[in-house]
Amino acid sequence: MSGESAVLRFDDVSLYFGDTPALVHVSFEMGAGETRVVLGASGSGKTMLLKTALGLVKPDSGRIYLFGQDISGLKESDLFDIRSKVGVLFQEGGLFDSMTIGENVAYPLLNQRALYKDRRQPANGNVEERVREALRFVELEQTLDKVPSELSGGMRRRVGIARAVVTEPPLVLYDSPTAGLDPITANTIIALILKERDSRNTATIMVTHRYQDGHLMANFRYNPNSGQIEAAPRNGGDSRVKTKFFVMNGGRLVFAGTQSELRASQDPYVRKFVK
Amino acid sequence: MDNIGVGSLPIVMLIGLFSGLIMGQQMARALRAYGAQGQIGPIVSITLIRELGPVLVALLVAGRNASGIASELGSMKVTEQIDAMRALGTDPIQKLVTPRLIATSFTLPLLTVIADFLGLIGGYLIANYEFDIRFSQFWTPAWQILEYNDVVQGLVKPFSFAIIVALVGCFYGMRTSGGTEGVGRATTKAVVVSSIWIFIVTYFIGKIFVNL
Repeated sequence: MSGESAVLRFDDVSLYFGDTPALVHVSFEMGAGETRVVLGASGSGKTMLLKTALGLVKPDSGRIYLFGQDISGLKESDLFDIRSKVGVLFQEGGLFDSMTIGENVAYPLLNQRALYKDRRQPANGNVEERVREALRFVELEQTLDKVPSELSGGMRRRVGIARAVVTEPPLVLYDSPTAGLDPITANTIIALILKERDSRNTATIMVTHRYQDGHLMANFRYNPNSGQIEAAPRNGGDSRVKTKFFVMNGGRLVFAGTQSELRASQDPYVRKFVK
Repeated sequence: MDNIGVGSLPIVMLIGLFSGLIMGQQMARALRAYGAQGQIGPIVSITLIRELGPVLVALLVAGRNASGIASELGSMKVTEQIDAMRALGTDPIQKLVTPRLIATSFTLPLLTVIADFLGLIGGYLIANYEFDIRFSQFWTPAWQILEYNDVVQGLVKPFSFAIIVALVGCFYGMRTSGGTEGVGRATTKAVVVSSIWIFIVTYFIGKIFVNL
């Protein structure tokens, strides 16, 4: 896969905060519809991987290609258009406290210049319809007029997912979407991520501490006919083939491979994430 | 603008009035030794309009609003709302810093004018009730002593202080790291640094106007 055809490509990317390494010589690439599950201890560089992919943090060295465009040296104002092709769910949710849920989900539709150019100023009615559709997707349409503080942690994550996918971006980044949630809510969140990935063939990077989340991403798929999550076929189902696992340690990508390769790894650090 | 301007109005009015009352009281006592109580109006007027009014109001607004701005933006920073804003196509400088800068620059000079006026009323109340100085004896020299230079200085200072308060608050807010503890640190730094800069800048503006 060339840098031009890849959705995202990291080419020997390094980032330091003082003497502390956040990313050290990280290289990988992923294509459309592919999934990467990033595992690692706290402070291993997982979140920085996502932030540099979005151009929110500039790398000290190396190149990052997002949809074939080198974003490493782009100015903030030049990054806005390319960022409109990426949805993101932040670790802390990142919902705007001062806005209602409806306004939060409408925010990317109303503020991303690229969408305005393509769709010639979406009418307000259209925005509202799409906001409702996104909230219906996460089964929270009834929260439209509430503010984030009125929702539970799990509901806020689901709103975050609605906001990330409302523009139907071809790449979605999820930063610890299940952190701090009970197992039932965590599985609901993963089911929504699977639904988004498989119904729109979205490229997905998911940072997580839970191996189980990666297992679900690799072995389950959303069936649009039944509207249910089901096990992917054993003989090379799409999600198995397209899902790869990364393990990070001290800013380095210490493992990259399939789930079976991960399970077979003898590296003591890598093995800690396989349960 | 509502939060920064209208929200600060009651406390600014109170501080303005009491600074005039206190100054009138202390000055009159000192001036009486020379039989010059009649000079209380010009002294209160010139001190308040040139220096005390702008500085007191700016320190108050720094305490109230630089901290407010820093904590608000700091909370947004640590909860990744600022990153979300950038990721969703908005420049946080344009969306968060510019409106606060404009609101502070517009309201601080207005608040200063109000505080100056109430300070003069406070000075007059003391002069009248405690030292039996009549209305025209206080207000005519208080008005006549003022030159164009004094009025301009009294407006240039709050405008400059407004820029300091807004930018320092935004700077520390946007640079916040380290969770809620970091927000506390950013808030404290914003108040301390903006207060220090207010004193430094008032000295230099004063120096420029004295030489004009």
